[in-house]
Amino acid sequence: MYVYDEYDRQILQERVAQFRHQTARALTGELSEEEFLPLRLQNGLYVQRLAPMLRICIPYGMLNATQLRRLARVTRDYDKGFAHFTTRQNVQLNWPNLEDVPDILAELAEVEMHANQTSGNCIRNTTTDQYAGVHADELIDPRPYCEVIRQWSTYHPEFAFLPRKFKIAVNAAANTDRAAIQVHDIGLQIVRDAAGQLGFRVHAGGGLGRTPMVGPVIREFLPELDLLTYLEAIVRVYNRYGRRDNKYKARIKILVKALTPEGFAERVEAEWNHIKDSPSRLTPEAIEQVKVFFTEPAYAALEDNPAALVQARSDDKAFNNWVTRNTEPHKKPGYRIVTLTLKKTGVPPGDITDRQLEQVADLCERFSFGEVRATHNQNLVLADVRQDELYALWQAIKPLGFATPNLNTLTDIICCPGGDYCALANAKSIPVAEAIQRKFDNLDYLYDLGDIELNISGCMNACGHHHVGNIGVLGVDKKGEEFYQVSLGGSSQHDAEIGKILGPSFAQEQMPEVIEKIINVYVEQRTDEESFLDTFRRVGMNPFKERVYATNH
Amino acid sequence: MPQIIKADGIQDDIWTLLSAAPAEGESLNLPEGPVIVPVAVWQAERETLKARGDVGVWLESHEEPEALADDVTTLPLIAVNFPKFTDGRGYSIGRLLRERFGFSGELRAIGDVLLDQLQFMRRCGFDAYALRSDKDIQQAEYCLNFFSMAYQADVHQKVPLFRRRNAS
Repeated sequence: MYVYDEYDRQILQERVAQFRHQTARALTGELSEEEFLPLRLQNGLYVQRLAPMLRICIPYGMLNATQLRRLARVTRDYDKGFAHFTTRQNVQLNWPNLEDVPDILAELAEVEMHANQTSGNCIRNTTTDQYAGVHADELIDPRPYCEVIRQWSTYHPEFAFLPRKFKIAVNAAANTDRAAIQVHDIGLQIVRDAAGQLGFRVHAGGGLGRTPMVGPVIREFLPELDLLTYLEAIVRVYNRYGRRDNKYKARIKILVKALTPEGFAERVEAEWNHIKDSPSRLTPEAIEQVKVFFTEPAYAALEDNPAALVQARSDDKAFNNWVTRNTEPHKKPGYRIVTLTLKKTGVPPGDITDRQLEQVADLCERFSFGEVRATHNQNLVLADVRQDELYALWQAIKPLGFATPNLNTLTDIICCPGGDYCALANAKSIPVAEAIQRKFDNLDYLYDLGDIELNISGCMNACGHHHVGNIGVLGVDKKGEEFYQVSLGGSSQHDAEIGKILGPSFAQEQMPEVIEKIINVYVEQRTDEESFLDTFRRVGMNPFKERVYATNH
Repeated sequence: MPQIIKADGIQDDIWTLLSAAPAEGESLNLPEGPVIVPVAVWQAERETLKARGDVGVWLESHEEPEALADDVTTLPLIAVNFPKFTDGRGYSIGRLLRERFGFSGELRAIGDVLLDQLQFMRRCGFDAYALRSDKDIQQAEYCLNFFSMAYQADVHQKVPLFRRRNAS
């Protein structure tokens, strides 16, 4: 993964010193609450329902063992001993003290971590596929481009006070999209043109929140070296013309819609023409110097399906289930990609203790070249596990709570912290997730249902990505009471689509039963090969609606 | 006399700001000495004002710097208003005036100008800062120099770090 040089270290140290200065002035009242607000947000610090919340950046999801141990220490020393992985590959602490935050940031900076631009109206952490660099279905490793974008977007002098937050995601897989790029402010799909030249298909104006939209393509092919100047042109057009009069209409998607994608693209092209040949244009050398940090580790020459693995899978059904569900094919023979699920029933999705963080550090050193990835589905990934060590790994993680074999099933729920923690939430989300997990506790049944994405958000801000869940649940407030609205048919993949609302909302205690009825309709209606989403697209909303809202006689 | 932060330190500010164009039916009444007028006034009285040589123009954050593209060689001063410090349009305006239109006179930040944004303003081409009067002007120099380097190109450093890293 990327390693800092003297420049990166210097810039980050100066950032920590700057925030220490700002925090001190905020504590004496020299900076008003309003003046301090964007400064602390751009250093990851929210003030939440119970206490401040610090969102620590994990650039495009990559972490090493040293960083995990430091996170564990910070979690233990400055918080209550657990952290929460978010839906944008970041990690949050829920109870730090405001005055401690400069010290926390200093400790993180020692291991090349920070909380830069994890909040506020600026360019946020660039995210990508958690299987980047190791999945066979990938044109090229997207992480060097993410790092290039990270550097370009860090303390960009022109774009620190945009109309609203701004999120960029990059995908390089041809047939899947684990980065949900079409629901980002900018989505970059790495492609080759007819001549074999590398570049990007550029989507702009996607996003969730109050007005969910799938981002239209504004440029079919952008040559690789033009990446940063083109991004600069997009963000400049947005900075100048995005709405600032209403925060709910301030995201770039509203501007793209108002100008039409074609009209928006024209403005971007006009701006880009002025700057495309400036020194900010990337060079092959600049990309190469980042790529050296993402070369392959020292893989052994191995064969797929070693005898020990085959034997263990046939002897132990639980192990076999786990291999089938929680591991993915690796581009190298003899290796698998392993997901450590943070979705054990009874534990809020994405939550992890300080001790567990250290255990993951040990595991990644023992099994996966000392690195781990955070996923937008709130799990962790060991990307390079030898197949002949899978059984040992599985035995090691079972008692630690990372082996719940439910990856991509109905109970692998994406869920925001919700009303238990978040000041913005209208409703709790964690208890709903847990109740659904309890209802669907039969693994064989879950496997039979196949891949289903169930996403829960506690409010319109949609941190739980409910719009793009195959089944989406949104917490709403009705006269002070919490209700839940269900949508069906969403997808964050290449076929991205915003889910459609099923009908009137439900009380919290009804939710497991509602989900069960929806699942039953699927099971009755599906053909042999159909996933939940396939069936929904074929039969439409009505059968689901009729079942869920049928009155009992 | 109010003070202004410039590249070579804190100075008395000799410029007067005309905050609004005259209402309809009223005639333009300019104060003595150097004056900064709204862009609408400049456009209405361009030839007369130009002859004076001590008239600058200020832009509101939604106003287009393109409006001054033909005047950059004559204007001694352009000011950009930050109606709220969270309104970031002025940063783009600054860069465009410097990098696209080649303005080389004084580029002044006015309005809700606070300490923690000064360095961003400078990187976007501003070289004079009318700090909000309740802020400690003595801290400006420190805040203008929080960072000793940056990743991106800007008005002063035209070559981004990735090209300079390469060269070493």
